Amino acid sequence: MDDRVILRLENIVKTIGGQRILDDVSLSVKKGRLKVLIGPSGAGKSTLLSCINFLSPPDSGTVSLDGVPVNGKSKKELLALRQQVGMIFQDFNLFDHLSALDNVRVALIKVKGLDKRTATNRAMEELARVGLADKPSLYPAQLSGGQKQRVSVARALAMDPKVLLLDEPTSALDPELIGEVLTVIRDLADEGMTMVMATHQISFSASLADEFLFMEKGRIVERGTPATLLARESGSRTQSFCAKLSELAGDGHCEIAPPPRA
Amino acid sequence: MDGFFTFAAERIIPTLDAGLWTSILMIIPASLLGVFIGVSVGAIRVYGPRPLARACDGYVSLFRGTPLVVQLYFWYFALPYVTIGGVSLVLSPIWAAIVGFGLCSGAYQSEYIRGGLLSIKHGQLRAAQALGMTPFQTIRSIVMPQAFRRALPGCGNEIVYLIKYSSLASIITVSDLTGMGRSLAKSSFRNTEVFVVVGLYYLALVTVAAFVLRVVEKKLEIPGFEVKRDEQS
Repeated sequence: MDDRVILRLENIVKTIGGQRILDDVSLSVKKGRLKVLIGPSGAGKSTLLSCINFLSPPDSGTVSLDGVPVNGKSKKELLALRQQVGMIFQDFNLFDHLSALDNVRVALIKVKGLDKRTATNRAMEELARVGLADKPSLYPAQLSGGQKQRVSVARALAMDPKVLLLDEPTSALDPELIGEVLTVIRDLADEGMTMVMATHQISFSASLADEFLFMEKGRIVERGTPATLLARESGSRTQSFCAKLSELAGDGHCEIAPPPRA
Repeated sequence: MDGFFTFAAERIIPTLDAGLWTSILMIIPASLLGVFIGVSVGAIRVYGPRPLARACDGYVSLFRGTPLVVQLYFWYFALPYVTIGGVSLVLSPIWAAIVGFGLCSGAYQSEYIRGGLLSIKHGQLRAAQALGMTPFQTIRSIVMPQAFRRALPGCGNEIVYLIKYSSLASIITVSDLTGMGRSLAKSSFRNTEVFVVVGLYYLALVTVAAFVLRVVEKKLEIPGFEVKRDEQS
């Protein structure tokens, strides 16, 4: 695996309504790696992700993609940046008036300027990759939550992103649908997709992540490999947060998990 | 009603048919203009830059807040006296009517479109942005198709209204259905028969329009955007 840094954030600060949501956050992600953001709600995980593609532009700090710092003032650069950074949302955000195929295809045609046939082929490939090759003509209203999230993954992948941002991709799903989305994420990780994911699925992501970043009050307060942070005797914030989550969920263990139910 | 059918067949129908075309030639461009204005103004009011949005709000309050008859009088009788830079604009009766109906209808249409736009979940805009779409592409490919479907029942209703208020064109001397009917009634003194038939002509126009709108709704119908008829009536 080559060790190129794909994404680098330096000293990101973001204030919303007088409140410091992100306070001097820095991180870098190498090609093919998965960084996982963990932490209580309101810690700034979602804001951090949306600062990366400037959906909510940072007040200060630098975002560099593939070694090139992004000029947030240039609309053209932002559009180019967003094409190279895929994003998966907690509540899917599929386009309600478009079929699964069109959801994946629309940006290929409108943004990348592909002709219809090439776009269709590409979109079908991506739908097949997330296991939905048989449902291209269904509309969001006809899909389950897990299927919607998989369409949204296909939509992001079709743009050939250099990095994929996942904002709690399974938090809005019924428990029995989480597995199918996690499987897709696992496959992506295995195929070497560079990703940053905010999630509460700690034991699942422990088996894939190369680093955990524990966020609290807009800062990264702990970082390290899942094995280090989750070690029972580590006394880390991550370990106690994870223990609390699994206690609430009632599944009672908080360590590097076996592969998820698929 | 003696000889009603003979009178209807020989006098009323030929007279009204001439007026019918004039009416249709006003209604179609005026409703297209209304929808066009409604979509543009609605979009600007929701997504446009603030000063422009305020200006469009002003347009809507002005045209919804004044009687249509007064607006028609303005376009036909008053406009020729408004001189800007030495140029004044004189509209023919039919053009004054089209402009008047289109602008008035556009104000109402923009309200329906605005409601449709506001019903689009914000997350979809973020998703479109995250894919690298420009604001214009987002509005055109993501927002408008949904807003239009949501607004369609209201927009259709407005077109039905337009068909009926097009009868006001007769007061600025357009020889439309109502205008032709009125002159025939005056010259023949058979008010009842004439105006009953005029009414039936409008009823027929509205029925055809409602049918066309229904077909359009059906064509645009997709899962998640069904028009729920039982709730609507």
